[in-house]
This record gives sequence, C-alpha cells and structure tokens, in this order.
Amino acid sequence: MIPAQFDYLAPTSVEEALAALAEHGDDAKILAGGQSLLPVLRLRLNAPEVVIDLGRIDSLRGVRDDGDAIVIGAMTPHSVVGSDPLVNEHAELLAKAIHDLADAQIRHRGTFGGALAHADPAGDLGAPAVALGSQFVIQGANGTRTVDAQEFFVDLFETAIGEDEILTEIRVPKHTGWGSHYEKFVRVAHQWSIVAVAAAVRSEGGTIAEARVGLTNMGNTPIRAHAVERALVGQPATEEAVAAAAAHATEGTNPPADLNGDADYRRHLAGVLTRRAVLAAAGA
Amino acid sequence: MTKITMMVDGAKVADDVEPRTLLVQYLREQLGKTGTVVGCDTSNCGACTVHMNGTSVKSCNVLAVQADGAEVTTIEGLAKDGELHPVQEAFRDCHGLQCGYCTPGMIMQSVALLQENPKPSESEIREGLEGNLCRCTGYHNIVKAVQQAAGQSEGVNA
Repeated sequence: MIPAQFDYLAPTSVEEALAALAEHGDDAKILAGGQSLLPVLRLRLNAPEVVIDLGRIDSLRGVRDDGDAIVIGAMTPHSVVGSDPLVNEHAELLAKAIHDLADAQIRHRGTFGGALAHADPAGDLGAPAVALGSQFVIQGANGTRTVDAQEFFVDLFETAIGEDEILTEIRVPKHTGWGSHYEKFVRVAHQWSIVAVAAAVRSEGGTIAEARVGLTNMGNTPIRAHAVERALVGQPATEEAVAAAAAHATEGTNPPADLNGDADYRRHLAGVLTRRAVLAAAGA
Repeated sequence: MTKITMMVDGAKVADDVEPRTLLVQYLREQLGKTGTVVGCDTSNCGACTVHMNGTSVKSCNVLAVQADGAEVTTIEGLAKDGELHPVQEAFRDCHGLQCGYCTPGMIMQSVALLQENPKPSESEIREGLEGNLCRCTGYHNIVKAVQQAAGQSEGVNA
C-alpha cells in the first residue's frame, strides 16, 4: 500500500521548517529519516495533509565536541552516530545500543533525533540517552530551550517537543573511559526490544565507583534505574554483588503486557538483563 | 506533483512524481526497473534494498522525493559490461537462493556489507543480513555466497 496524498515541503533551514510548521500546525507531520513514519503512512494509520522533510537541512547533521559534552545533530543517521569516533570515545553506550537497533538498512536511513522524538517505548535509544543524562535542544519561534532527558519523555510516543517546535540536537555528557553495554532481549532477529537494559560503569580497581542504568520498554517512557545505580556504588564487580543491586531494577517500573510477555515476565527480564548489562559494562 | 532528478544505475533521470510515491514504486513503475521487488508493507523484509548515495536502504521506506539529487544503484546496475558483480557470481555458484524473490535485496545488502566490512565473520554476515528475510529459509547458502565473495574458503566447498 502507498500513503494517502500529501503536500511535501523540503525546507533548507530550521527557521524555514518552523515557519512551515507554524503555518500548517496539526495538519503537518515532520519527516526525519522516515523509518517509522513511512510505514505508518503506508499502513494509513496516519494521513497528514503536509509532510515537512528535514532531510535538506545540513545544520541538523553531524557530531561535535563541546567541552564536557558531545553534541549530536538530530538528523544524523544512526550508522553515522554509531561509528563516530567522538561517540565511541565519550558515549560508547550509544554506539552499543545503535549496534542492536533495527537492521543495517534502517540504521543507514533512520536518524538519532527522529527515533528519540518518535518516543516508542520499545525504541533502543531512549534508555541510553536517559542513562547518560542527555539534554535535548528544542527550537521554536522564540528561540531554543534545553530539556533534561527525564522531562523529555512524557508518555507513549509523547515528548516535551511542542506542536510548533523541532528537536535540533542532543547533548550527551562525556563518559570518557566508562565501560558500557546494551543488553537487548528479543525472540527473533530484528525485533523491537521486549525489554532491554543500557548500562555504563566507571570502575576503580575492580570496584564500581559510578553507574548509569536505563531500561527500555519497562513503562511508557524510558526509565532511569536510580535504585540500581545507588546500590552498585562501592560494590565489587562480582556476579553476586551485581545481582543483588540488579534486584532493584523493577522499582518505579510499569511494564506493558502484550503477546511478547506479560508484566511479570518483563519484571523478571529486567533483573536478569540488568545483571548481565552491568557485568558486561564492568568488564567482569 | 514534484519535479525530481537523480542518477539511477548510471543514467540521469528526471520526472514529475506525486510526493507520496515510494522510491521502489518510482523505480519499478516509472523507470521499469522491476529487478527491485516489493516483499512486505512494513519495511521488515529487505527485498527492495537498493543503494542510495553509497549505502543500502529499503526503497519501500524512502519517498522518491527524498531521493531527489541522489545516486541510486539497483540490482540492475551491478553487472558491468556484461560481467556479473562478484557477489552475483557467488550467489550463482553457491546457489544462494531457492525461490529467488529475496535475492535482489540479499545481493544489494551483501554488497553494502562487504563495502563496510570486507572480511566479515560468519556471524557478522548473519547480523549484516538481519534486515533481509528469506521465506524459503535458504540462509545457509546465502551466507556461503557472501563468504565466497569475500574470498574466504568457506564458500562453495565447505
């Protein structure tokens, strides 16, 4: 099936895109890489009157160093982010999650900001972005504002981006020298996460000095597992100690129940995957 | 209608298209390049894989207007001067197909995989082809074909 008819706009600057958004409002849909939007349009689950393609705005692509953070342009394709040297040096957890995201063709075309703005709770970028304390830069007619990851994700497929705003870049604090791992549980290749856990760990001589843990698909939004992080600090990177901390993984979660598993099953998975992710991140 | 121009298999093309036209639809219905096939409606199967500006994409998941100005290579543009591409040759030698429907996409993704990773391990090949489904489940010989194309001995006689 093909999408319903729409008018197509391809602005070449963020300002031009914002003007188009202001003019068409609710009737418009923003097109980033299109790897989630185009299937939705083809299945006629949505039929916007106007599609605003951000693909011609060069300023939204690329990764740059900005002191204590790296800054990722919202329209940078997953494959570019995943292989970027700055990302691999300072925010390796993102590269690990991208490796497990969808498939090669979709990683070539799908964009980092597009996936985050889509805010699918089973998407693989929310948990690492939340775990690393990322900040989201959102531009509107009145300038830009910066939103913390915890406030960015509001609900299922809902973010803090206003109707008349565009996500332009994501600032990720540097976690240089941290070990990291993304542990994704699926039944078959190329599936959405049933549950996944993103973990980054800073170790000092076999002891966990700091930890960051994010959960995928354990609620309507990605969840930062603060209780696990606190329990890990000062612990040795051993199976036993990490398993004890990982038992806190279900605190504050509200996992969905669907054909892939009921909520109890997901709670079980969260503990197991957290243990595995943290141990792998710690190099144990 | 929106005016688009692009290079497809080395030839410049220009057309007016409806913005909702999918790249695969444009390739097949307007340019007659039916070597690229449609296998699903959900961008899972990878049968429609082509190269756009040097990387593999699922052409059912790209609008033709998004490819305006791009360089596109389909399965029909791989062979040069009547000589099959080494990956096409390897698929033939290893019988890397059963019904053949997934083959154009499998070959295009295999070429992209080998460009990014010229000496992939078996598991890297299987991962690299994760977005291409063979409903005959003929994966084994497909993996062998990619190994042969990569110059690894596990190809034909393994």
